[in-house]
Amino acid sequence: MARISLSVDGQQVTDDVEPRTLLVQYLREQLGKTGTVVGCDTSNCGACTVHLNGRSVKSCNVLAVQVDGAEVTTIEGLAGEDGSLHPVQEAFRECHGLQCGYCTPGMVMQAVDLLNENPSPSEEAIRLGLEGNLCRCTGYHNIVRAVQHAAGTTTGTTEGASA
Amino acid sequence: MTATQEPAAQQEIGRDRRRKEDQRLITGRTRWTDNITLPGMLHLAMVRSPFPHARITNIDTAAAKAATNVVAVYTGADLGEGQGACINAWPVVTDQVTPAHLPMPIDRVAFAGETVAVVVARSAAAARDAAELVEVDYEELPAALDLKEAAAAHENGGAIAHPDLGTNVSAVWRFDSAEAGTGGDVEQAIAEARENGIVIEREYRQQRLIPAFMEPRSTVVDPTGEQITVWSATQVPHILRFAMAATTGVPESKIRVIAPDVGGGFGGKLQQTPEEMITFAVARRLGKPVKFTETRSESLLTAHHGRDQWQRLTLAATKEGRVTGLKVDLLADLGAYVAIVGGGVPVLGAFMFNAIYKFPAYQFQTTNVLTNKTWTDAYRGAGRPEATFAIERLMDELANELGKDPLEVRELNWITHEEFPFTTVAGLEYDSGNYEAATARAKEMFGYDALRAEQAERRARGDKVQLGLGVSTFTEMCGLAPSRVLGSLNYGAGGWEHAEVRMLATGKVEVVTGASAHGQGHETAFSQIAADRLGVPFEDVEVLHGDTQISHKGLDTYGSRSLVVGGEALVRALDKVIDKARPVAAHLLEAAADDLEFSGGRFTVKGTDQGMAIQEIATAVFAAHNLPDGMEPSLDSEATYDPVNFNYPHGTHLCAVEVDTETGQVKLRKYVCCDDIGVVINPLIVAGQVHGGLVQGIAQALWEEAVYDENGTLVTGSFVDYLLPTAADTISFEIDHTTSPSTTNSLGTKGVGEAGTIASTPAVVNAVVDALRPYGVHDVAMPCTPERVWRAINEGSPGGETTEAAMPHFDETEGGVQ
Repeated sequence: MARISLSVDGQQVTDDVEPRTLLVQYLREQLGKTGTVVGCDTSNCGACTVHLNGRSVKSCNVLAVQVDGAEVTTIEGLAGEDGSLHPVQEAFRECHGLQCGYCTPGMVMQAVDLLNENPSPSEEAIRLGLEGNLCRCTGYHNIVRAVQHAAGTTTGTTEGASA
Repeated sequence: MTATQEPAAQQEIGRDRRRKEDQRLITGRTRWTDNITLPGMLHLAMVRSPFPHARITNIDTAAAKAATNVVAVYTGADLGEGQGACINAWPVVTDQVTPAHLPMPIDRVAFAGETVAVVVARSAAAARDAAELVEVDYEELPAALDLKEAAAAHENGGAIAHPDLGTNVSAVWRFDSAEAGTGGDVEQAIAEARENGIVIEREYRQQRLIPAFMEPRSTVVDPTGEQITVWSATQVPHILRFAMAATTGVPESKIRVIAPDVGGGFGGKLQQTPEEMITFAVARRLGKPVKFTETRSESLLTAHHGRDQWQRLTLAATKEGRVTGLKVDLLADLGAYVAIVGGGVPVLGAFMFNAIYKFPAYQFQTTNVLTNKTWTDAYRGAGRPEATFAIERLMDELANELGKDPLEVRELNWITHEEFPFTTVAGLEYDSGNYEAATARAKEMFGYDALRAEQAERRARGDKVQLGLGVSTFTEMCGLAPSRVLGSLNYGAGGWEHAEVRMLATGKVEVVTGASAHGQGHETAFSQIAADRLGVPFEDVEVLHGDTQISHKGLDTYGSRSLVVGGEALVRALDKVIDKARPVAAHLLEAAADDLEFSGGRFTVKGTDQGMAIQEIATAVFAAHNLPDGMEPSLDSEATYDPVNFNYPHGTHLCAVEVDTETGQVKLRKYVCCDDIGVVINPLIVAGQVHGGLVQGIAQALWEEAVYDENGTLVTGSFVDYLLPTAADTISFEIDHTTSPSTTNSLGTKGVGEAGTIASTPAVVNAVVDALRPYGVHDVAMPCTPERVWRAINEGSPGGETTEAAMPHFDETEGGVQ
């Protein structure tokens, strides 16, 4: 067992972890942060994406012991303390950027990172920036719209939407 | 008491409401099955066969049992018949050959990935570690792998998937229009066309696909209560409860199944799985809560696959291009077992090959074949994508033969809008549609003529990147299903749906549905229906589903049925609430019931300003102080609706691709579609269903294929090898709708969940082939990979079977990752 101390969603936590524990397992099983999910075992799907010291990582690809002293933000820590949604969360809702919602935590965290790096991305830049996150429901169309909406580069309306 | 609400200002149906579901999902406040942790809960890991067909000669569990934190290890022999069985609900013929399916076999495995032992431990990691310690001795048996070879094995001594059965042919199911009295003799039509018309004969491959829902399957079973509670990532909680009870002997009333948040399904979660049954058996054996969550690799390997057919097709037409007959001969790969509706999937396609066209004669036959591969069952569209692909590819081939535009040939043959309702050669009555209108709109959106001009220009100058335009004018049958029809097809259950409406004392409304959403947005759409019908605020409606204790009755979600069947059940339950409220309103308003009008959530006395809101009546009924004599103090109502017909959405899909003739790379350029799905409840949700459906269908055309090697090993067993499209592979779509309301349900709705997938695959392949016509190419097998496209151009072959799709992950000489 190894002892780690870190900040998760603004809270300081300390735990003993097995050295082989993945960050995503630590978050889900020891901290109860089940908002972050596991979608694959080959780091292809991105469902487990979180922010590590402000940058997106696939938390299945990081060992818990590697985050000692770090700052981790999950989907559960993205909204304001008063419950106000992050603009990217709000955009996903507004643009119907989710259906079953399983990829959504990872997709939202990746989109936030993408916009941090490039506040006004082109459609192509958005598509390339989300390439590491798989979605099976939306066909990506409305996810791209949501990121554009959050970036303020579209009005957020989607085909079929009258308002 | 005061009126609680003004009449709804805006009609809810047709409004692009943002989804009620989203707040939880975007903030990570979710209840996926794998999130559930119970006190004392134990975890399972499966030991799986690496061989597709083998006798189990010995299983040594001693080392695993001795491992730290391991509680138990069970084999098939340990659990025996008490495991129950995986059922086949649709024996398509009365003499169907159906292998017995014990969730964990005792002495023989029939596919690579089948569970042979289960380890129970205090943590998932400990269970998985100990699973490595289980020693299994196998004696390999010849495996039936290739579909065509397997179909003939009983004649030529080939490998039999289940040797005791003596054949791999599970069923031969046939429909013939002359025999059924729905049309003429197809052989005669073909003979006449050979003499004096056009005959198109083709063989197409529907490759094997994997539904690949994003949430891996997970099951938690808690046997500590009076009812055994089962949480499962399933589309079919009601059917699962029935199957568990029917095969284990546990009374149905002692089982509660909950489908909490479920992360996608696409048909892939309508199964009663061996893993669910094993988890149930272990929990009962130990008397402790247990959980099994599969890895993605396990999911790809063992969750049912879809498609996997060979299609032999003969289309007869006159010299002018008018179709006269269609003959379809399928081989369908069932995999190792007949899944819950596995054998019925090709049969669901049987009524759809004739599609929107007026064929005078039609014959369909499917031969369902067992092999030693993962079982197959419904995957988005289930039988109808296969049918649509075949006919839409053939119509393009016919157009090419005639030298005509593919849309022109379709128009010559399709049912015109004046001809509805139209009884097809397959015996179905299409209630409504307008193929002309949808096609005109799609052409306009696409800029069809301009793209044709660009294509001609590129061809003329020999551009190395060629433009191809693909057409798909699809229809489908959905809204499964009229129970009598299912009965006539030998299906083991009905096709009705159930709904309940509870009027709460505070004027809020609970709607209970037997449909079981897993991403579709039922909570939102059903709230809109209830809000409109009752005249209550959208926010005041709570939709409950997916728990057999709350929604005790239902047939769940698949086959684009939730709205058209479940929605109609809801409408009928809502109307009963209004009917019950009317005499109360009359009593309290001191008016005759006949003098009341109900509108905008209020009963008013005709010609006066006197009235009462439905919420006020709900409160009055709760108090029950002053009700009409003899009235039961309840407005709550329920309805079970059995549909009178299937439901027939249609649409015109147009796809433009650019094909690099030097590399074989296919790039999507433009995709537009105009679907007619009747009255739309929520355009935002509908658009999402269409987009997602399109990409799954496009993915079949271009990227996805489950590939087995000659040893029966699934080589596309991870997301590294099974190519799900990413955002970077896809494009934005242009979609629109025409509206021909369905005449067989009150709201005029049609299903939309599967439409995009059914329509898009042939549109894309037709576009690829269209681009390559000048090179003498008339077919490219799916998925149209660069290699296949290149071979089609350079070798004149459609590309053939995929044999080595998987990249080697490890270089054995180096011993490291490549």
